[in-house]
Amino acid sequence: MDFAMIFFILVGALSVGAAVGVVTSKIAVHSALFLLVHFATLAILYVTLNAQFLAAAQVIIYAGGIVILILFVIMLIGSGPMETRAAYRSWVPYAGLALGILMLAGVSLTLLQAPATPIDPEANQGGVPIVIGLTLYSQNILLVQLAAILLLVALIGALLLARRPKPEESPTSNLRS
Amino acid sequence: MDWFELIVIPTIRSLVLIVVLLTGFAYLTWYERKLLARFHVRYGPNRAGPFGLLQPVADAVKAVFKEEVIPNHVDKAVYVLAPALALIPALIIWAVIPIGKGFPAVADVPIGFLWILAVAGIESYGVILAGWSSNNNYSLLGALRSSAQMISYELPLGLFLISILLLAGDFSLVNLVEAPRAWWEWIWLWIMFPLFFICILAETNRSPFDLPETENELVAGFQTEYGGIKFALFFMAEYINMITTSAIMATLFFGGYRLPFGIGGEIMPWLGPFILAGKVVVLLFLFIWVRASLGRPRYDQLMRFSWKTLLPISLGYMIVTALLVVFFK
Repeated sequence: MDFAMIFFILVGALSVGAAVGVVTSKIAVHSALFLLVHFATLAILYVTLNAQFLAAAQVIIYAGGIVILILFVIMLIGSGPMETRAAYRSWVPYAGLALGILMLAGVSLTLLQAPATPIDPEANQGGVPIVIGLTLYSQNILLVQLAAILLLVALIGALLLARRPKPEESPTSNLRS
Repeated sequence: MDWFELIVIPTIRSLVLIVVLLTGFAYLTWYERKLLARFHVRYGPNRAGPFGLLQPVADAVKAVFKEEVIPNHVDKAVYVLAPALALIPALIIWAVIPIGKGFPAVADVPIGFLWILAVAGIESYGVILAGWSSNNNYSLLGALRSSAQMISYELPLGLFLISILLLAGDFSLVNLVEAPRAWWEWIWLWIMFPLFFICILAETNRSPFDLPETENELVAGFQTEYGGIKFALFFMAEYINMITTSAIMATLFFGGYRLPFGIGGEIMPWLGPFILAGKVVVLLFLFIWVRASLGRPRYDQLMRFSWKTLLPISLGYMIVTALLVVFFK
């Protein structure tokens, strides 16, 4: 067993442990912190796969953006231990487990069936931003634009939800008059 | 690769860097107190040693020997973790900053720029978690303010960084400093510098944007429940952040370790770190000058300025930069 393998096993174990911590810990902020550890270890694994751009993007978007927003929301709505007994359905964990096993089986099957071709040296340059940029904005430009439209729709939706109702539309002004 | 080259040398370089930064932090507190005193027409620290030079040592001894108090009502694990999480990003961002010709502080990675963005993104965790784990309303309010402020100012900061990236055309900071630039590129960069500096002030929670710790509204904000060496760690994080961001600004805007007009670059390459340090000291003076001169804005003013002024400007700047690069470079 060489150094890279030991490293992979250590980091992978940490990653899986953190993922288990996300779903098992009772305090929402602790879950968010475990999620942070999970994302960080994933980024480390990306670096070992020579995908440095992906690792940086992972940290910038997930660790730097999404987990902070999660923490922000938790702090805004209060952060006591989760009282989910009322909404608790006994079949939910089993359904989740079954779906997880199904997904694992699907991914493993695909990987095992794929022919073991030697790695294309050009494709293995995933760490270099120029290669990613050229691929993204030439071959996959349609997908990029679709994602952009999706984000724009989400943005407009958020604006609509957060908009203050106009005075004549608001129910309170009717009451007052 | 050789394990010696892979582990031992970066470790030694990191240790040297940490010692230099911690010393820099200690004397930055002295520098700031002396300068603030001059702005206020006072003397500042002048009892411990000549010119008060031993004051940082006295402060350090005091912080270390204070009793370590952990209040009963805190979330203990997160409470202890938070000061470390505040300090670590301030230190590790240095890994990619070039301190001499072709000589980064620890490693020249092809994604140096993204490293800075990524570490800047995780910088707010220490403050947020400190505020939450303290289980104190003032702390929580400070943490909420801090996270909202840092997220808001990260956007224009990121857009400005992308503009610099467009001009440089390379993700490596080592290449960025060495790359030749046309005169209009320098001017175009310097036009943006004041706005960039405002974003940096907000990102480092420095005055006038130190809303997360306003003493007249929130006691001490997120660090209300901290004392002794754990408080000192937050203090350290803030000041090392100042040094770090100054070094980044020196690298991005003022040629990093190089002298202006390319003087002496080839003759004395060992001068690089000292030239960078000199530029950092000048920029730190700017930080302290701003602190001594300007009052705090209200919180809503701060947020409105970011979203309604800085963000449109930075977007426009990025578009114009892209056009300039396409047509003139």
